[in-house]
Amino acid sequence: MSEPAPADTASVALPPQPGIWILLSPKWRTALARVRQERSGAGMRLLLLSLVGFGFWSAIFGVSYRVLKYFRGVPDIGTLVATKLLAVLLLAFLGVLLLSNIITALSTFFLASDLDLVVSAPVDWLRVYIAKLGETTVHSSWMVGLVALPIFTAYGMVFDGGPLYPLIVIAAIIPFLVMPAVLGAMLTLLLVNIFPARKTRDLLTLVAVGAVGGVVLLLRLIRPEQLARPEGFRNLLDYFSMLQGPTNPFLPSEWAADMVMNWLLRIGDPLPILLLWSTAGVLGVVGAALHQKLYLTGYSKAQEGKDSFVRGGGWERLLAPMLRTSGPARREFILKDLRLFFRDSTQWSQLILLAVLLAVYVFNIQTLQLFSGEQVPTFFVTLVVFLNQGLAGFVLAAIAARFIFPAISLEGRELWLLKSSPLDLRAMFWSKYFIGTLPLMVVALSLTLVTNGLLHASTFIMLISVITISLFTMAASALALGLGALFPQFGTENAAQIPTSFGGLVFMMSSLCLLALIIVIEAYPVSSYLQALAVGQEPGVGAEVVLSMAVVAALCTASTVLPLRIGLKRLQELEL
Amino acid sequence: MIQLRDLSKSYGRFTAVDRLNLEVPRGELFGFLGPNGAGKTTTLRMIAGILQPSSGSVTIGGEDIQSNPEAAKAKLGFIPDRPYVYEKLTGAEFLRFVAALYGQEGAEVERRMDELLELFELTPWKDELTESYSHGMRQKLLISSAMVHRPAVVVVDEPMVGLDPKSARTLKDLLRAFVERGGTVLMSTHTLEVAEAMCDRIAIIHHGTLAASGTMEDLRRETASEGLTLERLFLKLTGGEVPRSLQGMFDE
Repeated sequence: MSEPAPADTASVALPPQPGIWILLSPKWRTALARVRQERSGAGMRLLLLSLVGFGFWSAIFGVSYRVLKYFRGVPDIGTLVATKLLAVLLLAFLGVLLLSNIITALSTFFLASDLDLVVSAPVDWLRVYIAKLGETTVHSSWMVGLVALPIFTAYGMVFDGGPLYPLIVIAAIIPFLVMPAVLGAMLTLLLVNIFPARKTRDLLTLVAVGAVGGVVLLLRLIRPEQLARPEGFRNLLDYFSMLQGPTNPFLPSEWAADMVMNWLLRIGDPLPILLLWSTAGVLGVVGAALHQKLYLTGYSKAQEGKDSFVRGGGWERLLAPMLRTSGPARREFILKDLRLFFRDSTQWSQLILLAVLLAVYVFNIQTLQLFSGEQVPTFFVTLVVFLNQGLAGFVLAAIAARFIFPAISLEGRELWLLKSSPLDLRAMFWSKYFIGTLPLMVVALSLTLVTNGLLHASTFIMLISVITISLFTMAASALALGLGALFPQFGTENAAQIPTSFGGLVFMMSSLCLLALIIVIEAYPVSSYLQALAVGQEPGVGAEVVLSMAVVAALCTASTVLPLRIGLKRLQELEL
Repeated sequence: MIQLRDLSKSYGRFTAVDRLNLEVPRGELFGFLGPNGAGKTTTLRMIAGILQPSSGSVTIGGEDIQSNPEAAKAKLGFIPDRPYVYEKLTGAEFLRFVAALYGQEGAEVERRMDELLELFELTPWKDELTESYSHGMRQKLLISSAMVHRPAVVVVDEPMVGLDPKSARTLKDLLRAFVERGGTVLMSTHTLEVAEAMCDRIAIIHHGTLAASGTMEDLRRETASEGLTLERLFLKLTGGEVPRSLQGMFDE
């Protein structure tokens, strides 16, 4: 050998460290490439997105603007209520952000496919931490950002924020978004280190249980009943002091709200901005220190083995005889979907959240106390029952987003098998629709019957509710499945992230627009009914009731058939 | 048994497969070769009905894959190049599921399933989730899934990747036995020795078009390459013979 081989023991100069931007380049370049692909094709998707997005933003802005304008006109307490409202909204956002960050951090820090490459490269730990934290923050916060934008705009316009107002909002929102991301990453890091052998299944169970606690805590912190019942206070002074006092002085949501409102009300108090940025800074340092100490051990433990053995399966023995009459393809398809659901902790753990959502909802209806003490007019009860429809619809849309929207995405990289087999994709699509719709319908009807029962709804309004919610459930399922096929998330590392994707947002916006439209259409006959009640007449089922229900039925049918058709067509055309 | 007529596939301005004509008769093991990016996988995925052709047609056992997809696919077993399987199903559940997609179930399926799992030495793992399988085990499971419903045609993309020598040998024997009993195989591979030893006929595709097709003798005659091995012939046809200097590659 004429030349010596490279020395294997001599010290080698460390390579220069890549910038954070370089570390994140696969992500943002992928996002850019996706945007370019969207632009070059799929014009209809873009149009649909623009329409739904514009409608949704306009609605949020319109409602916020009107409410704030009204508050501003109320002397003395109007501004206080607007401040309180912002704090409560940001508190709700904080809860959503924390949960979303825990779920996202599990993917970005421990499950993502690029991690082997990043961890095996000579990149220092701090850069990896900052890059992954940035990725987590963007992934879990963009949706909250989109919803918050029209609300902050409305505040700025109503309270004359001035040209510097957007900068103030940005200065408030950055630490507000970073803090839950750091906390989420820290919590995930600790859980992965504490529960290595039980893997993600148990980790996510813990996250779900934690979320349960979070939701309950959130409800207690908001104390909404106090705002709704000023008569519950001993005197007006107490009500004032409650409005003036912070909801919870130790939460970043309060600091962010104060910072924005201080600017809008021309109050020169630097404390909120100091609290926001210093706490975010301290949390960041603690998070980075924890990452340096625990990340590599946690990452290694997260790789340790996967599930080998099948647990449970009692439901299969129960269900298999019931499916005996359907053909082998349909039966195995349904069983396959159910097996994948119950064996994937990222999926079944969401049932816990669903149970909490439903329990909180029924609990809230029960605590309305319409029937305690004095007699509440039927007029008022009927109005509450009618509006209850909207709330139930919202809950159903959220459930559909969690469980039906991901159905096509979850076929993912295995879709080659279905497409190369003689299985009729239409039959597969319908099977997924019915598997999703049937349980959702059971939940929808139970929810409507139970809550309307608690509210002592009249037969007329009960009938309208049941018909409306049934039609809406079918439409929401179809929208979820159709838009899930239109905006699939193949190859996702964590099923819990699919509903919070861009397509998930489009689905939520579309179904809520549909819900709003249904309520507007039904408002006229219901108001006629209420007017008749108010003047002491016997209300009957008039032509306007039949007509509006027919319009609602037509609208829901269109919202069922069109998304299913579009989704199926997309699935058939999909090239893998 | 497999007929490709003027088959083309374009992605925007890029043409991956350009007016490809090919015929694979019943009872033949046909090798489909080409350099990376030549259009092999695209062609096989069009045959399997996963990609829609931009133009041209694919017929399997007389059934057009576009106008009569279910009948055409019912005759087919497809083994893709990447072994993606449902990770939360056990090996046995996966095979049962695939058989059901082809409308088959019952004792006969169970018997075939056990035979195939035994053949590929997967029996001890049949009731474990596939997420715990190695790459090679998943590949063997996929091969079993393509055979479990007794197809007339098997289309297989890079079957040897990830297989240990014993499994590779088993697969070769299985494919030969399948062909000898009247089955048809279209196989893409980069392992030229395997293609040369196993295939009745070979096609070489380059830049999406057919560069040559026939038996080894036909190929040698067509390209005036008497006595050349398939590797040399392949390099000659695909322009890969340009000597490449490796000098200096590892110099500082």
